[in-house]
Amino acid sequence: MIEAKHLIKSFDGKEIIRDISATFEKGKTNLIIGRSGSGKTVFMKLLVGLLSPDAGEIRYDGRNLPSMKKAELNALRQEMGMLFQGSALFDSMTVMENVMFPLTMFSQETRQKQEMRAQFCLKRVQMADAADLYPGEISGGMMKRTAIARAIALNPKYLFCDEPNSGLDPKTSLLIDDLIHGITQEYNMTTIINTHDMNSVMNIGDKILFIYEGKKEWEGTKDEIMNAENKKLNDFVFASDLFRKVKAAENQ
Amino acid sequence: MQPNSDFMFKWLIHFGEYVLLMGRAFAVPQQWRVFFRQVVQEIYKLGIDSVGIVIFISAFIGAVITMQVSLNIYSPLIPSFTVGFMTREIIMLEFSSSIMCLILAGKVGSNIASELGTMRVTEQIDALEIMGVNSANYLILPKIVGFVLFVPVLVIFSMFCGMTGGFLISWFTDIISPATYEYGLQYWFSTRYIGYSILKAMIFAFIITSTASYFGYNVKGGALQVGKASTQSVVGSSVLILAADVLITLLLV
Repeated sequence: MIEAKHLIKSFDGKEIIRDISATFEKGKTNLIIGRSGSGKTVFMKLLVGLLSPDAGEIRYDGRNLPSMKKAELNALRQEMGMLFQGSALFDSMTVMENVMFPLTMFSQETRQKQEMRAQFCLKRVQMADAADLYPGEISGGMMKRTAIARAIALNPKYLFCDEPNSGLDPKTSLLIDDLIHGITQEYNMTTIINTHDMNSVMNIGDKILFIYEGKKEWEGTKDEIMNAENKKLNDFVFASDLFRKVKAAENQ
Repeated sequence: MQPNSDFMFKWLIHFGEYVLLMGRAFAVPQQWRVFFRQVVQEIYKLGIDSVGIVIFISAFIGAVITMQVSLNIYSPLIPSFTVGFMTREIIMLEFSSSIMCLILAGKVGSNIASELGTMRVTEQIDALEIMGVNSANYLILPKIVGFVLFVPVLVIFSMFCGMTGGFLISWFTDIISPATYEYGLQYWFSTRYIGYSILKAMIFAFIITSTASYFGYNVKGGALQVGKASTQSVVGSSVLILAADVLITLLLV
């Protein structure tokens, strides 16, 4: 479980994250939604420790991240996996080498066992056939799947995904969503996803946090979101013509 | 704040950040096996890939120095072997270390800055950090170690090719006889100059790799900033090499 308590973050005197508190539960896909520029990415960077909060606490199963010593932080980082918006695969390495990388750096297992683990992760995301290709030779969806395989290689407790569907067609987006959701339940991970894709929200959103101009505006589940009485959230959700029609059909 | 103090303040910030980055880079590698593999890759990428340009430039500059010296010091009072002697002195003391490193600052420096800059803007460095890898140590230290270790080879190549370039000019033209040129090359030769030149080049190699790494690692923004960082690294390391050259010459000669 990850808890954020009264997080505040400013850049050049402007408050970007304004007193956000939230709890992200284990075994669930927790979605952070909001418009572009609402502070989702900054919030996620605070959660993973890429940025330091000006105030507040971030607790990983009780351990407070901002006050951790370097060794503790490094140990915690090995319990994290992250899927970046642009996949962030290492260009100079093949798909297999990318997945092997965290194992080579941190696993105490033999080389043979590390390779078996990497192959298992690649099979899990259906990328075993592309193991020898370089990131420049595969599609965006395949890159995301490789990045997921790399993120789960060390069997993390916490998985973070920043805009996992950006730049993907609807069918591939669904596949990535299902993959993340399946892995979350399979490994009982705490998964946090940044997205503004409403299809993802309705597909895999076990818990949803809506951020508006740096503040937590609404919190709930995918079953509650369509009937929520929050104007800002409704403006965001029903910006899509499809969802307006779904809502209208439901009302009829 | 006055423009001058603004400029100084900006460079002080750069210097502070540079020192902090080097502090992170010069840590004990998390995996020695990975580190040694990286060093070998960097030697190949930054060093061996530069051998061609070093040979080409050194041979031509050696030939030109021989021609220029021969044409400009023509006097019955100066012995003709001075051409070979001066060619050797210029190549060994300045060209093969300082000028060659200025050229390499362009090739190697821009390569490092653009590589690290691209890694930064595509979040590959963030990905390393999230995994718990000391990204500065993993990415920068092998580049510094690899290039500093290989630069003596480039210096020796440059010396050899520069003097050979002069020799070929003496062979194919009647500017000076090959025997006289060769006598000049050997005249009053001190092996200390080789060590001096190598030492200088190693210091310059550190300047090139660390400066380029600093500018590349700290890129903020997109492709435009990567290009800017690449230019800044070449300009910054060239200025530092020239300043260090004066300092080392004052101290060691």
